[in-house]
Amino acid sequence: METSPKVAVVDDTPALPAQALDAYPPRTLWSDVWRRYCRHRLAMVGTVVMLILGIATFVGPIVYPVPIDDIDFAVKLTGPSLAHPFGTDDLGQDLLARILYGGRISMAVGLVAMLIAILLGMVIGALAGFFGGVFDSILMRLTDLFLSLPQLPLLLLVVFLFRDRMRQAFGPELGIFILIVSVIGGLRWMQPARLVRASFLALKEKEFVEAARCAGVPNAWLIVRHILPNALSPVIVAATLGVGSAILAESSISFLGLGFPPDMPTWGRILSDAKDYLDSAPHWALFPGLMIFLAVISINYIGDGLRDALDPRKIL
Amino acid sequence: MHKYLLRRVLVTIPTLVGISVVLFTVLALAPGDPFEELALNPNIPAEVRLNLRHQFGLDDPIPVRYLRWLTAMLRGDWGYSFVSRVNVDRLILQRLPTTLFVLGTAYGLALLIALPVGVMSAVRPYSLFDQIATTFAFVGYSLPTFFTGLLFIMLFSLYLDWLPFIYSTTIEASGMRWVAEHLRQAAMPIAVLGLFEAASLTRFVRASMLDVIHQDFVTTARAKGLTELRTILGHVLRNALIPVVTIVALQLPGIFTGAVITEQIFRVPGIGSLLISAIQSTDTPVVMAITFVYSMLVVVFNLIADIIYGFLDPRITFS
Repeated sequence: METSPKVAVVDDTPALPAQALDAYPPRTLWSDVWRRYCRHRLAMVGTVVMLILGIATFVGPIVYPVPIDDIDFAVKLTGPSLAHPFGTDDLGQDLLARILYGGRISMAVGLVAMLIAILLGMVIGALAGFFGGVFDSILMRLTDLFLSLPQLPLLLLVVFLFRDRMRQAFGPELGIFILIVSVIGGLRWMQPARLVRASFLALKEKEFVEAARCAGVPNAWLIVRHILPNALSPVIVAATLGVGSAILAESSISFLGLGFPPDMPTWGRILSDAKDYLDSAPHWALFPGLMIFLAVISINYIGDGLRDALDPRKIL
Repeated sequence: MHKYLLRRVLVTIPTLVGISVVLFTVLALAPGDPFEELALNPNIPAEVRLNLRHQFGLDDPIPVRYLRWLTAMLRGDWGYSFVSRVNVDRLILQRLPTTLFVLGTAYGLALLIALPVGVMSAVRPYSLFDQIATTFAFVGYSLPTFFTGLLFIMLFSLYLDWLPFIYSTTIEASGMRWVAEHLRQAAMPIAVLGLFEAASLTRFVRASMLDVIHQDFVTTARAKGLTELRTILGHVLRNALIPVVTIVALQLPGIFTGAVITEQIFRVPGIGSLLISAIQSTDTPVVMAITFVYSMLVVVFNLIADIIYGFLDPRITFS
């Protein structure tokens, strides 16, 4: 049971003398959130799994320096062994190395696409909610329009149509990455935008905003420094879940053969290559599939835990 | 009420126009055109290609092409597939029944699982049953269909050898055997889609039931001596279903697009796999028509959700 009073904005609390800080560590909003989050057992499990996956994909290729494109037909389609812990594919390439490398791309896609979506959503939602009026209705019609677009077909279409042009402009790897990340992000900003707008509509009538306005705070500062921090809780949850759905979206496009090229083995791409060898090499499909599943379920549990932790009405 | 309906229907028109503008712009800005192959063919002089482009109006400015396309769509002329050499609407109508059969059965299955499981979970929250059901729902919700599809193929087709993993359109059988064969080959795609939908629906049903179950009128129902079953089914479930119905209506278009992947895995000859092959062969009229059909589904089901909501919940007033 939490009995401490909630502090709306952490940094606005007046600074205490140093010795008082040492004696009583202050309970801030975020330390309370962290305390509640720690009590959500499955969210903690999800955090640990996600940390392991993150460390494995970022440090893994250094600790396990097997090249991802080392073709060796003598060992093609062999199951897990000491030399190849996750087995090999049809060209005898080491799957563990490919999965570790692909994990980097998959997670980078998830994170960057989510950041794009959240930034877009925050800007649009904040502007619509703060200024209101005609501006608000135009932006909200735009949001409704984007919500009515069929996501997956449009994703496939844009990636397919602009693939070659992006490849020419930014090089084969970076071009595809930028394209996929911006398309996924560009089709997912609507939910955060609505959440931010709803919070802004409620918050801009509050007394503290009025007080800030009286003190002569300009609009931009009012939005960024005073209202936005109070509107963050739902956005944090949406952002967390957004990483998972962006990883899923990338895997789906790559699985359908329209995403990353074979020399950039993301998890979805490996799974797509493996689907024709299910009888002779089931391990090939199992490992990348399990990785996607583990990443997505951990992120979903983390999001669940954050939702509970950030909701001050909820008693944990 | 009628005024509200009319206004709500009228609002969908600008949305549809907006969607068509977005789709058309994407296609018009894209590099590559359907006559690109001809450029590589040394037997066709460049003038012929340019004449063809001109004849099909590809050189006109984008707004002109858009208006021409829009009026043609409205008149029911959906164009001609560059690849299959058939009218687009015929091509889509050919594929639609398979998609509708698989999707409809899958969604039915999802409801059959989600409703009882969600209700039972909510009646005894945090019981053993609820914990197992919630965990399963969470796992099912996080398993992408392209992975479950492959797992199902491995287990039921390759290991147990019970079910075929390729959907065939030419089944040589008649009568009951034909029906049985059809069900056998549709079983895996239906199960994959149905279980995925069931997982997310169960979470909604449970949450919605829990919102209602603690309200005062439920206590009243119990106090006046109704049996537990009648309280739950007649009073709690009836009210809990209102948001669920809306969610079902809002989710349906998403299921159509989500089915693209399942159709691709099991090679189900529906509109999803048609879309993928059309995208890969730059068959612009087909791509355009299918994406537009998907968007229309979204808009229409949003409208249906709004209207149903008003009918189901008398507390909502139309103003």
